[in-house]
Amino acid sequence: MVTLDDDVLTEAGLPLVRAGRVLLLACGALAHEILALRQINGWDHLDLQCLPANLHLYPDRITAEVERVVRARRADYAGVFVLYADCGTGGLLQAKCKELGVEMLAGPHCYSFFEGNDLFLAKSETEFTAFYLTDFLVRQFDAFVWRPMGLDRHPDLRDMYFGNYTKLVYQAQTNDPALDAKAQDCAARLGLAYERRFTGYGDLAVEMARMAAV
Amino acid sequence: MADDEIILSELSDDELVLQMHDDLYDGLKEEIEEAVNLLIARGWAPYDALTKALVAGMTIVGADFRDGILFVPEVLLAANAMKGGMAILKPLLIATGAPRMGKMVIGTVKGDIHDIGKNLVGMMMEGAGFEVRDLGINNSVEKYLDALEAEKPDILGMSALLTTTMPYMKVVIDTMKERGMRDDYIVLVGGAPLNEEFSKAIGADAYCRDAAVAVETAKAYVARKHNRPNV
Repeated sequence: MVTLDDDVLTEAGLPLVRAGRVLLLACGALAHEILALRQINGWDHLDLQCLPANLHLYPDRITAEVERVVRARRADYAGVFVLYADCGTGGLLQAKCKELGVEMLAGPHCYSFFEGNDLFLAKSETEFTAFYLTDFLVRQFDAFVWRPMGLDRHPDLRDMYFGNYTKLVYQAQTNDPALDAKAQDCAARLGLAYERRFTGYGDLAVEMARMAAV
Repeated sequence: MADDEIILSELSDDELVLQMHDDLYDGLKEEIEEAVNLLIARGWAPYDALTKALVAGMTIVGADFRDGILFVPEVLLAANAMKGGMAILKPLLIATGAPRMGKMVIGTVKGDIHDIGKNLVGMMMEGAGFEVRDLGINNSVEKYLDALEAEKPDILGMSALLTTTMPYMKVVIDTMKERGMRDDYIVLVGGAPLNEEFSKAIGADAYCRDAAVAVETAKAYVARKHNRPNV
């Protein structure tokens, strides 16, 4: 059983341990969920390597990093899948994956595929003033939101960032009262109303099942 | 009072302007407001105070942001300080008839509430002598077109932060084409997930990766537009 450290997933990702014949190259923010699905389903032939989750703070670097690892690893595997959605790359990641001949996750970002891309899209007309957090992002709220936005040093900037938002939606992948409490605190710190929404693994589970069938 | 505290009123004009660049860089709004008032009291033309002190200072901030030396929080603080100076200068600029570069209508697209980049662009465009009509966030195609009709600007600027909302820019441009008005305006687009390829694909005139680029692009396109022969 792999022990995960969220700070390491954020800063360094997860190194590859070679054992299977299919490689999943993923965002570090998805490591817990991917490994949980692998264990639940007994998909032992799926290897996982994660890039640092904090690449999301510089989305223009994601495509090049994904390409670098895919090119380096593809010869060792029967199949390689990229477990990123568009993630702010403006279609560049999708174009690169097509060029490399590898599949990636559908949808704009993890908030969408955890909720289910179709459902998320249907809500987009009415819910665009929501700020989303997942399990990982609740745990890493300070590393991904508070500190990079400078709110630890300049709390007065909060309303410049979040003044147009109305609520924080915590998309829960697991039922964890401690995370629920922490997410509520995140909402309070941002001055937003709070809503908890259990999503489970959403489309990620469906996509991984497809990948596991290779 | 600390021994090394700088008394703005004791600085020469040149020293004061350089100090304003530093204070903008550090996001010191009150100091910027005090310095702007000092320059005006010393007989500076409002346009000179704007361009030589505020815009020049923000240009340094913009360059360091682009080079990865400064980050969004610092840029926001600098912008907030510049806003304080602009608030003093704006009525004076109107009263003194400062040079006009052109007019821009700008807004964030439908379904998108992110306005930090748009606000920065609007402020830097004003600093560069453009008249800016800011439509705010969540703008439908109708709202953009109504504003173009009412304001008759040279430039339409559209902003989006989300992969899911940036395609709406194409909806606006396609509607402009349908109504035969696309070529009447320079269309500039920007926002974190955008890039040159996207800008070309949707039929915009240019993608602007940051506020400084937006200003330079706007100036170049307006100059080109004004130099275009009447055919």
